[in-house]
Amino acid sequence: MLSYFINGISLGSVYAIIALGYTMVYGIAKMLNFAHGDVIMIGGYMAFCSTAYLGWPAIPSVLFAILVCTVLGVIIEKLAYKPLRDASSLAVLITAIGVSYFLQNAALLIWSSNPKAFPNMVKFPNLVIGDIQISSVAIVTIIACIIIMIVLTLFTTKTKMGKAMRAVSEDKGAAQLMGINVNATISMTFAIGSGLAAIAGVLLCSAYPTLMPTTGAMPGIKAFTAAVFGGIGSIPGAMLGGILLGIIEIFAKAYISTQLSDAIVFAVLIIVLIVKPTGLLGKKISEKV
Amino acid sequence: MKKRLLLAILSAMMVVSLAACAGAAPAPAANDAAAEETSDSEESEEATEDETKTEGSADGTLTGTLKLGMIGPLTGAAALYGNAVTNGTKIAVDEINAISSSFQMEYQPEDDEHDAEKSVNAYNKLRDWDVQAIVGCVTTTPCVAVAAEANNDRVFMLTPSASATSVTEQGDDVFQLCFSDPNQGSASAQYIKDNSLGSKIAIIYNNSDVYSTGIYQTFSDKAAEVGLEVVSTTTFTDDTANDFSVQLTDAKNAEADLIFLPIYYTPASLILQQADAMGYDVPMFGVDGMDGILGLEGFDTALAEGVMLLTPFSADAKDEATVNFVTKYQEDYKEVPIQFAADGYDCPYAIYEALKFYADKNGGLDVTGMSNEEICDILVSVFSDSTFSVDGITGEDMTWTANGEVNKAPKAVVIKDGVYVGL
Repeated sequence: MLSYFINGISLGSVYAIIALGYTMVYGIAKMLNFAHGDVIMIGGYMAFCSTAYLGWPAIPSVLFAILVCTVLGVIIEKLAYKPLRDASSLAVLITAIGVSYFLQNAALLIWSSNPKAFPNMVKFPNLVIGDIQISSVAIVTIIACIIIMIVLTLFTTKTKMGKAMRAVSEDKGAAQLMGINVNATISMTFAIGSGLAAIAGVLLCSAYPTLMPTTGAMPGIKAFTAAVFGGIGSIPGAMLGGILLGIIEIFAKAYISTQLSDAIVFAVLIIVLIVKPTGLLGKKISEKV
Repeated sequence: MKKRLLLAILSAMMVVSLAACAGAAPAPAANDAAAEETSDSEESEEATEDETKTEGSADGTLTGTLKLGMIGPLTGAAALYGNAVTNGTKIAVDEINAISSSFQMEYQPEDDEHDAEKSVNAYNKLRDWDVQAIVGCVTTTPCVAVAAEANNDRVFMLTPSASATSVTEQGDDVFQLCFSDPNQGSASAQYIKDNSLGSKIAIIYNNSDVYSTGIYQTFSDKAAEVGLEVVSTTTFTDDTANDFSVQLTDAKNAEADLIFLPIYYTPASLILQQADAMGYDVPMFGVDGMDGILGLEGFDTALAEGVMLLTPFSADAKDEATVNFVTKYQEDYKEVPIQFAADGYDCPYAIYEALKFYADKNGGLDVTGMSNEEICDILVSVFSDSTFSVDGITGEDMTWTANGEVNKAPKAVVIKDGVYVGL
């Protein structure tokens, strides 16, 4: 029971860390960046290449992955999303799906689809409490997740850039009138979101060490679910949603059926959205359609 | 204005691409017509060739050039298998071409990325090349799709490794060089029982995969029959193939002393890693899908220490044919061949032996320009013949039943210090 709970939290914290990136971009740029899962995959490959081929130690290779993903995120934003700033949100959504496929296929060309085993980057012993073993990767993931959540919350509430982001999220036009550089702010959001994706990629691949061009796809969708579950746009919501999703998935597998776990996860999502359409911690926003 | 133009162009492109989709359905029919035409023309050629054949009939030799195609995943998640097969097949084709100057094989591998649709495309490409017999497909799901087409067109298929019964059920012209899944599952259960490898068995299988489910079913039937206790049965799907903590905890709580893994090596590598992270040390037994785990880039082979798998081939065997093959393979590809390479190696030989068998009995055979239907009929009749047997490196005295399944004895290997060792 307790070990299932811990497994659930560790799976959930991986979802949560990915969901943070989704929710951040959605909250500010008001768009679903479906390519997020694939930026995660790129982050994983970058960390893999720098450790396996260049022999770098863990910390520099994670930093390298963050750097590459941040730059990649900004480039994607500039090339694919910025020209569509005034287009309908549907057009942006389709573009995001296009970017996602582009990244997957580019990775297929570069690294081929032979799976690669990700080197273990977290070299601490497992935590053992009585009969229960908590893997070191899970601990690092949970801690990283909490730190990122706190830093992001502080960033968006306390710093000038963060305030600008929130202003842009409230009303782009008004923010511009107040002298905020909307384009720079949105680029910044993508930079942060993609940097987070790199961290998520390293943690995801450390927890489940096979790396393929499609590695980011399914966790991406689950994390998106988690973000919606917790209330998309809300940073603590993403964290809560991710962890709950992980726990529900593991418990559904353990006590109901390993075959039906995904069906159960999504059924719970549907029920939550029926009862509370904005998600668990989502704010009620009356949106003009 | 510009926008409207763009819109018009885009919609035109959409229409064209839709038309292309719709065009895909009648395409095979057109292909058939083309194929019939070529076979007609080939038959007329045949008439002229008959004379030469009667000339050559006195010595009963096999002559001509056979167009041998191969379909398998040369890229993609199962690329390791496809490349191993084509490497092995290539070596065999070169050897056969070196043995005999009058009979040659032309070899053409095609990639299917372990995808049924792409596999049918690869098959159509081979048809355009006038393929006469096919080694393939390497993996089960694409093989089922291609076998159905091949049966319609009468193209002989010998699959090195697609082991589901649904493959051979597609037609009388589809044969397997590897064990069928029922054989693999029941042979594993028998092997575990005979060698007392475990008594309380946990099974983790992929229930979104025909291959895995097929082996699981026959294993559990046979296990019940021979008195192995299955204490835990858990599943995963392609989409949930990353977290195995629940499945492993279930096996641990059920005090299993052996985990049976009828799955491919990619999820198996995760299971090994997570069992290790949990501190759960238990013997694991896999089937041919486990083969290749040592070749996974970046995989810590220490994790696979002690893993057993059912395989008809072990590279450390000391018989002459295996030693020759392994040396040649290492020279050419700088790695130790896995079972799939050996399966691939045996396929052209089986076809070659079958054609020779026919030539011997019928006073010679010239395969140049023969239609795939004729080659197919010859090969089907020989492979179904119980007096026809082949000695290969994946088994001596391989014989085939008329429904396409092979008979040979099962062997198993264990991973020790990062290499396979015969059990």
